[in-house]
Amino acid sequence: MDGALILDHLRAAFGAALVEAHDFRGDHTAVVARDAIAGVLRHCRDEAALGFDVLMDLTAVDYLVYPGREGGSRFEVVYHLYSIAHNHRLRVKVRVPEEDAVVPTVMTVWPIADWMEREVWDMFGIRFAGHPDLRRLLLYEEFVGHPLRKDYPINRRQPLIGPRI
Amino acid sequence: MGVGSFFTSKLDEAIGWARKYSIFQYPFVTACCGMEYMATACSHYDIDRFGAGLPRFSPRQADVLFVVGTISHKMAPVLKRVYDQMTEPKWVVAFGVCTCTGGFYDNYATVQGIDTIIPVDVYIPGCPPRPESVIDGLMKLQDKIATAAQRF
Amino acid sequence: MAERTTREFMLGEGSGTGSGSQALHVGVGPAHPAMHGIIRIAAELDGEIITRADVEIGYLHRAFEKECEVGGWNNAIPYTDRLNYVSPLINNFGYAHAVEKLLGIEVTERCRYIRTIMAEISRVCDHLTCVGASAMELGAFTVFLYMIKAREYLWELVEAVTGARLTISYGRVGGVKADLPAGFAEMARPAFKETREVLDEVHRLLTGNRIFMDRMVGVGALSREETIAYAITGPMLRAAGVGYDVRRAQPHWAYDRVEWEVPTRTDGDNYARYLVRMAEMEQSMRIAEQALEALPGGPINVDFEGRPIDPASYVDQGKQGKTGGLLLLPITLSPNLEGQGRAAQARVNAHDKRVVLPPKETTYGSIEGLMNHFMLIMEGYGIRPPQGEAYFATEGANGELGFYVVSDGGDRPYRVRCRPPCLPPLAALHRMIEGEMVADLVPTFGSVNMIGGELDR
Ligand code: SF4
Repeated sequence: MDGALILDHLRAAFGAALVEAHDFRGDHTAVVARDAIAGVLRHCRDEAALGFDVLMDLTAVDYLVYPGREGGSRFEVVYHLYSIAHNHRLRVKVRVPEEDAVVPTVMTVWPIADWMEREVWDMFGIRFAGHPDLRRLLLYEEFVGHPLRKDYPINRRQPLIGPRI
Repeated sequence: MGVGSFFTSKLDEAIGWARKYSIFQYPFVTACCGMEYMATACSHYDIDRFGAGLPRFSPRQADVLFVVGTISHKMAPVLKRVYDQMTEPKWVVAFGVCTCTGGFYDNYATVQGIDTIIPVDVYIPGCPPRPESVIDGLMKLQDKIATAAQRF
Repeated sequence: MAERTTREFMLGEGSGTGSGSQALHVGVGPAHPAMHGIIRIAAELDGEIITRADVEIGYLHRAFEKECEVGGWNNAIPYTDRLNYVSPLINNFGYAHAVEKLLGIEVTERCRYIRTIMAEISRVCDHLTCVGASAMELGAFTVFLYMIKAREYLWELVEAVTGARLTISYGRVGGVKADLPAGFAEMARPAFKETREVLDEVHRLLTGNRIFMDRMVGVGALSREETIAYAITGPMLRAAGVGYDVRRAQPHWAYDRVEWEVPTRTDGDNYARYLVRMAEMEQSMRIAEQALEALPGGPINVDFEGRPIDPASYVDQGKQGKTGGLLLLPITLSPNLEGQGRAAQARVNAHDKRVVLPPKETTYGSIEGLMNHFMLIMEGYGIRPPQGEAYFATEGANGELGFYVVSDGGDRPYRVRCRPPCLPPLAALHRMIEGEMVADLVPTFGSVNMIGGELDR
């Protein structure tokens, strides 16, 4: 299905929960309200016309110092969906404020979300409500902070052994 | 020079000669450098010509620790543990610039040179070092082994 | 304590008499003899059967995504080399293409073909290493030696083009570093021939081999549905019967202009993965050969007519400001700059001054060229994509390799995300090994082809 049609379909199905829709360089993006995200993604997978059976990627972006985004929600969690049957893609985003950085988990829709959500928690400190085992994925439990946040300095080391250089 | 010290120095030489050609290495391979390690170990460059052909994958049976590839802070305790488990005499080779100084990974995740954790005998810089320079480093290590005072 | 038998004391509680059997906890890794990657598997055993496994990764986390944010857009290229370090060329081109998508520029026709050729050579290297290493872990050391030998031939090709064997940094936003060297097609022919011979030999050694099949057939299998649900792509998905390949589904570079097949199997086990990888190497060489045949722009000729001038004095004159007429002078480039002359650059790089560095003659031969060079190199200038984001996927050796780049309009990436093809199979690894024997862990782990650099980034 053409990207614009996918967005139309979502708009018809979810109305106001679809906060924003745009395309840039051929990538179609739907920004979805946080409460509706799990439902939208499940619909994307189960609706035959959409058929997004693969959660290609799940990541986040920290918009702390992005020009023009001051005062808005700090984080965005980004889902890249792909449909093998229809060979089309969609990007779904959900905005997350810093004070309340929680997003519902989609582990029950795609099991791969388990590790990807753990990585986002590890790197950005965004929690996923309903995730049964939200441990760090790449770093170690002793690590304090979340390195991909824009306010984490790149060379703040937290060694387990050895000197702090 | 007394007769006794004559014999010990000759014995040292003999043992050094033997040791230098029977290197049992433990490849602690973590990252990209491992690809060049493989290339060095295989038939094309054939590290076996230097008596270092047999990797032992148990630290207790090895006498040279090849640290190949970036060491992250998460991996550092494991490296230390492996080093501690090796029996004397033992040597350490830092393979690749990541192990020498941290290389171009100067960030929160990586150890800035394994010599902050364990002692290193030979540094082989390069990102990754070409097999030729690995072999050069190995020969330097052989010299070091052969000329050192032998402990046994 | 008193009623504990010696056997129980030695082997742990519950071994033999008394309280019945009890699960044994075994930690495999991160530095384990039988595995060529650093992950840790905390396994729970019942006898020799793995009942539960917990995979832990992150031992090679090197902050790729954070490092990309501190340099210019092109400065991320060396970091992408070290993602999947067995096929770095594919990463280079994937990242460069993602940024080009963000900028909205197209690379030249010749560059598309060069990217195709080099990416496929890289893919063959990757599969050779993967099959060789997993065969070695099953005891077939000969296969490993043969395959590394073949890889050595291909690396010679890579070295001729890029100047390095492994960490090549050959891709550039808007093109590639340099044109192919003269006579590349003639160099490639014998290398492919040798590789084919090795593949043939390996087929005879392994494909019908009783021991190999016993260890591989039916082991580590994953159903088609589960493979998809775990977002596994690449050879593992194709071994489970789904013919999804990014090169075919969303053709880029020159993949839609050459003829090739997407090999698939249906069993989804280790043996099927092995067969898919073996078949893919042949297809990759087919693609590379056809692309070399059809390479637009004809043979490369770096010898210019007319009065040559040696590069050093050319540069000297330029630095003294004596640029008059210099641009018209042909220059003999030093051998290590082969393929980077003016004509070659025009063939392989996008014609966009905002993105691509001018060729060295222009930099040193004209003030405009020098300014152009500085504008791209200096802090605070450089490539400046418009605000926005783009996702581009290509087929890495392990599956869909995606780059998601976000720009804030500045000269540095705001965010670079790599969708690692390796992560989904590792996330599903526990599903492949649970219920199987401990010894089967080794071939299954081999067939997953875990590459630390891209898994942990
Ligand atoms: S020195 Fe270079 S090639 Fe070796 S592990 Fe470090 S980054 Fe990789």
